[in-house]
Amino acid sequence: MSTQKRSLFDPAIVRRASVDALRKLHPRLMMKNPVMFVVEIGSVLTAVLLVLNTATHTGHFRFDLQITLWLWFTVLFANFAEAMAEGRGKAQADALRLAKSETTAYRVGKDDEVEELPSSHLRVGDVVRVTAGQMVPGDGEVINGVASVDESAITGESAPVIREAGGDRSAVTGGTRVLSDVILVRITSNPGETFLDRMIALVEGAERQKTPNEIALNILLAGLTIIFLLAVVTLQPFAQYSGAPQTAFVLISLLVCLIPTTIGGLLSAIGIAGMDRLVQHNVLATSGRAVEAAGDVNTLLLDKTGTITIGNRQATEFLPAPGVTALQLADAAQLSSLPDETPEGRSIVVLAKEQYNLRGRELAQLNAEFVPFSATTRMSGIEVDGRSIRKGAVDAIARYLEEHGSSMHNDVRSAVETVARSGGTPLVVAENGRALGVIHLKDVVKGGMKERFEQLRAMGIRTVMITGDNPLTAAAIAREAGVDDFLAEAKPKDKMDLIKREQAEGKLVAMTGDGTNDAPALAQADVGVAMNSGTQAAKEAGNMVDLDSNPTKLIEIVAIGKQLLMTRGALTTFSIANDVAKYFAIIPAMFAGVFPVLNALNIMHLHNSESAVLSAIIFNALIIIGLIPLALRGVSYRPLSAAALLQRNLLVYGVGGMIVPFIGIKLIDMLITAIHLA
Amino acid sequence: MSLNGWLQIALFIAAVLLLAKPMGTYMMRVFDRRGTWLDPLLLPCERLLYRVCGIHPEEEMAWTAYVVSMLVFSAASLLLTYLVQRLQHVLPLNPQHLAAVPADLAFNTAVSFTTNTNWQSYVPETTMSYLTQMLALVPHNFWSAAVGLALAIAFIRGIARREMSTLGNFWVDLTRGTLWVLLPISAVFALVLVSQGVVQNLKPYDTVKLVEAQKVTGADGKTTTVTTQTIAQGPVASQEAIKMLGTNGGGFFNANSAHPFENPTPLTNFLQMLSIFLIPAGLTVTLGQMVGSPRHGWAVLAAMVVLWFAGTFTSFWAESQVNPQLTHVDQHVSATQAGGNMEGKEVRFGIANSALFATVTTDASCGAVNAMHDSFTPLGGLVPLTNILLGEIVFGGVGSGMYGMLVFVIVAVFIAGLMVGRTPEYLGKKIEAYDVQMAMLYMLIFPLIILALAAVAVRLPAGLAGLANHGPHGLSEILYAYTSATGNNGSAFAGLSANTHWYNFSLGVAMFVGRFMMIVPMMAIAGNLAAKKITPASAGTFPVTTPLFTVLLTGVIVIVGALTFFPVLSLGPVLEHLLLRAGQLF
Repeated sequence: MSTQKRSLFDPAIVRRASVDALRKLHPRLMMKNPVMFVVEIGSVLTAVLLVLNTATHTGHFRFDLQITLWLWFTVLFANFAEAMAEGRGKAQADALRLAKSETTAYRVGKDDEVEELPSSHLRVGDVVRVTAGQMVPGDGEVINGVASVDESAITGESAPVIREAGGDRSAVTGGTRVLSDVILVRITSNPGETFLDRMIALVEGAERQKTPNEIALNILLAGLTIIFLLAVVTLQPFAQYSGAPQTAFVLISLLVCLIPTTIGGLLSAIGIAGMDRLVQHNVLATSGRAVEAAGDVNTLLLDKTGTITIGNRQATEFLPAPGVTALQLADAAQLSSLPDETPEGRSIVVLAKEQYNLRGRELAQLNAEFVPFSATTRMSGIEVDGRSIRKGAVDAIARYLEEHGSSMHNDVRSAVETVARSGGTPLVVAENGRALGVIHLKDVVKGGMKERFEQLRAMGIRTVMITGDNPLTAAAIAREAGVDDFLAEAKPKDKMDLIKREQAEGKLVAMTGDGTNDAPALAQADVGVAMNSGTQAAKEAGNMVDLDSNPTKLIEIVAIGKQLLMTRGALTTFSIANDVAKYFAIIPAMFAGVFPVLNALNIMHLHNSESAVLSAIIFNALIIIGLIPLALRGVSYRPLSAAALLQRNLLVYGVGGMIVPFIGIKLIDMLITAIHLA
Repeated sequence: MSLNGWLQIALFIAAVLLLAKPMGTYMMRVFDRRGTWLDPLLLPCERLLYRVCGIHPEEEMAWTAYVVSMLVFSAASLLLTYLVQRLQHVLPLNPQHLAAVPADLAFNTAVSFTTNTNWQSYVPETTMSYLTQMLALVPHNFWSAAVGLALAIAFIRGIARREMSTLGNFWVDLTRGTLWVLLPISAVFALVLVSQGVVQNLKPYDTVKLVEAQKVTGADGKTTTVTTQTIAQGPVASQEAIKMLGTNGGGFFNANSAHPFENPTPLTNFLQMLSIFLIPAGLTVTLGQMVGSPRHGWAVLAAMVVLWFAGTFTSFWAESQVNPQLTHVDQHVSATQAGGNMEGKEVRFGIANSALFATVTTDASCGAVNAMHDSFTPLGGLVPLTNILLGEIVFGGVGSGMYGMLVFVIVAVFIAGLMVGRTPEYLGKKIEAYDVQMAMLYMLIFPLIILALAAVAVRLPAGLAGLANHGPHGLSEILYAYTSATGNNGSAFAGLSANTHWYNFSLGVAMFVGRFMMIVPMMAIAGNLAAKKITPASAGTFPVTTPLFTVLLTGVIVIVGALTFFPVLSLGPVLEHLLLRAGQLF
């Protein structure tokens, strides 16, 4: 999927949306939106009346026609807004479909015979072989082999990723391409139900269901619509009593101006655009409900590794034992780490080079023997030139020293403790049965995390760091990263218990995970974001998948959820606040003909009755178009406390919503008077 | 507007605010069944009542059971009131030998007193016997207020409780509200009123000789000379106290609190206004304490005070204006005259205390009057009308004001709550589709009844028949009648003869629906809220304790509550005001 920013009014999308706006006039579709359905009924009524009036030569044709047209425009503009939001998704879906082209699958039978068949004939449980250069024919799990895979069709990320059997990086997605090696894949979804299919359906909005909050908001809007319908329908008897009966055109105009058409017309566009923003961030949500829940999250569970720290520990310091120089320690440490290809091992080599200018030596020239890390010894090391160097955790080295009839110096032990207490991991280096000193391996907190946690705190969100480290180390990193709390020595069950505990307190919890053992917790969490690189079980348990497999994105997901809810609230407030000005435009226009004193209410000094009603209805229609960009982009979002957000938004959309229509209606009145439309 | 007037208004609101906390704390203790200093006296009475009535006070009720109990109780008491009126001619304590009350009027009155409206289509002193007043009407003054109080407490429990299916026991709340809150205060208040000259007797009416004989022209055109006047008597003080305290408002006499036997002195006037706001103001404190957020209670009270002030200011200002039609007449405030529009006002109360009384009685759903609202200037009359149209949530009726306000709070939280980037949340409880649905139903029924019935009335010969004034003032009179009935206020824009079959019946329906049909969705919300979890408050929680919340709540009440009625109001009081300035009267 392409992730480049599409301009808001892409001509192709606008063209398609304009057609869709007409198609959406079908009453069956309009009925889903009670507010706009009322407007459509009003438009039909005025259109019929217009024809009847014309036939009988009654009414004010020019005025009635304009009202009728603007009522239809109001409906069309709302449909257009929805179509625009959908159109952006459809464009993305088209790009995805390209990746969904039919491919040939090589099914491996029971007796290892290979059978060629079209990918659409694959069923769950089939095992296929995919070799370098071939397309993965369907979603599945690698059961044998390791391969580099180009997933750019789905993630937009061009760097290949490694997929291997077993472990947490076993899932492959149909439509991606294997770049090297051969893998056996067990298919996990039937054609039409694959990840790609679900993605296409999601971004197209085909399966879009109203979210709980959207349903509640729709009820509010429907309720307000009925109340205003009542106010307008009963106004006619009161007007007749007063000797000032009104035409249907004016009454319907008043009704349409009063009912919350602005939010009614933009509500579904806001929802679709919210999902779309998530997709732009390469996150797929299985339901809109999950996006809303993201806005509500109270507690974020963040895995330390990869989310808070950069994932690998790095050597930052050499702490020599008494009688040993730092140079000796660095030399031994570097030697023992030369064959060690882990990031930690490489960071030791680099540190020795940087601090003591020890050049990395070629293993082959050294004629050395490498002692690999094993689960029993829990040490690694090297045998070179009669030197026997080992490095490992403190208890492993202590045991090693004991075997050689020596023991660890107390100063080394205290250095170990200092490192541990500061949140680091101590590695002890020993040579020929003597401890040389300690290497300080440090977890490096990602840049900017502390600030982000502060922002989250300001928004009232608590962050909990999950780590397998011991409490001492965990506390130190938690302090450095600025998280609110931590869960040390965490096992999957602990994580689950923590989620349940938080939820029992009424809190909503969000987490990320990738392993199969994360699946229950992902399912339990209110927002569970599975990494795309993770196992199938994890992806099915969560309610979102991050295609970039970047756990830090949880914070952005929360922001997107909040922005979606704020946009809804802001436009609802704006829409309702608009009514004040519309009253002052239409009420005097309705009755000033019979009671000229009521012109005192015409505080905008609108030109005449017809221009006043027209200006109000035109403003009402145009504001929908004017607010489409805001609905699609979302209101500007800043991580602030609820009190500060409320104050800001109430000022902008509440007070602004009262003032803007006064100005807008006046300007439209001046314009249509100038061009003699009224 | 005189300084003296403002000082009296300031004294009034200061007294209300000072009493709010002790009153609210006391009610919290009563309904939470914590100890109060009246327990030694009242606990045995309470226990006896439960034993006699077979009530198990520990039994908790779901919202449905609570509502059903309330409806059964109301139906039974409605029937009792109807029967006593219909049979008063054969019952004792009828020294004036008043006839049985006609069926439609008896229905209207029974509904009126059951619903805490106390709309009076009749002239009490020539219609109701002492027994009817004491046995049928006074108990309703207590019961309907106690029912409102119980419902408000149940609603507050719904907010405060977490993951529970019940809201308390209706019979217990009803009993405790009556025994601990309404009875003791009324008893003391009645004695104070007697000390000021309010009558309390069972004597036949007095007949006195007029100092100056009056010539009266009857409907048949004959002129007669009247030399005597009948002065009605009765057990007034005992009814007067609960009439105000329970925001009932049904006067013992037709002139209500303008009558010197009901409200003789400026002191009684002050105490009557104070007693209207006493319980409603206290309930905001009870709310804060029971939900564990005292500042939320104050924020709600602040919104009430803001709206109260807006009404009082407008009313006082409008009534202080000189009448533009009376040229060459000095209408200004001076040592010898009140100034402004004194038509329909008592000289002993003047402009400030009449305007304040009118605002207070319609802010709350009391409906007692000490001046004729019909004679107010158009804008002065707009204030009581608007107050009721807002749903009587500015302090409001005993209990009903609180729960009406809380429905507005829920709507306000729902509309603006999204703007903080969370799904709307009120004191830790998520406001979801069901709550919104019920809140909208509540908010819909009110304008539906008022506007639909008033719209029918202005097109119906029967509706226009009783109208004394035409034009915009007539519209105001009809609108006011339905508004007052639906809002369970009970005050009237006189000028409309409402004792007709059409009005007795349609107003009866309005009162009934306006009370009970609104209680059902309100209690459904309470039941639903009680079952929810409470999300602990954090920096991300929607603030309901700040001045900003007060502003928001006030704004939503004005925009959502009042704008519905703006079109019809602009054809009524607003138009009348503008025409008056242009020289046209109605």
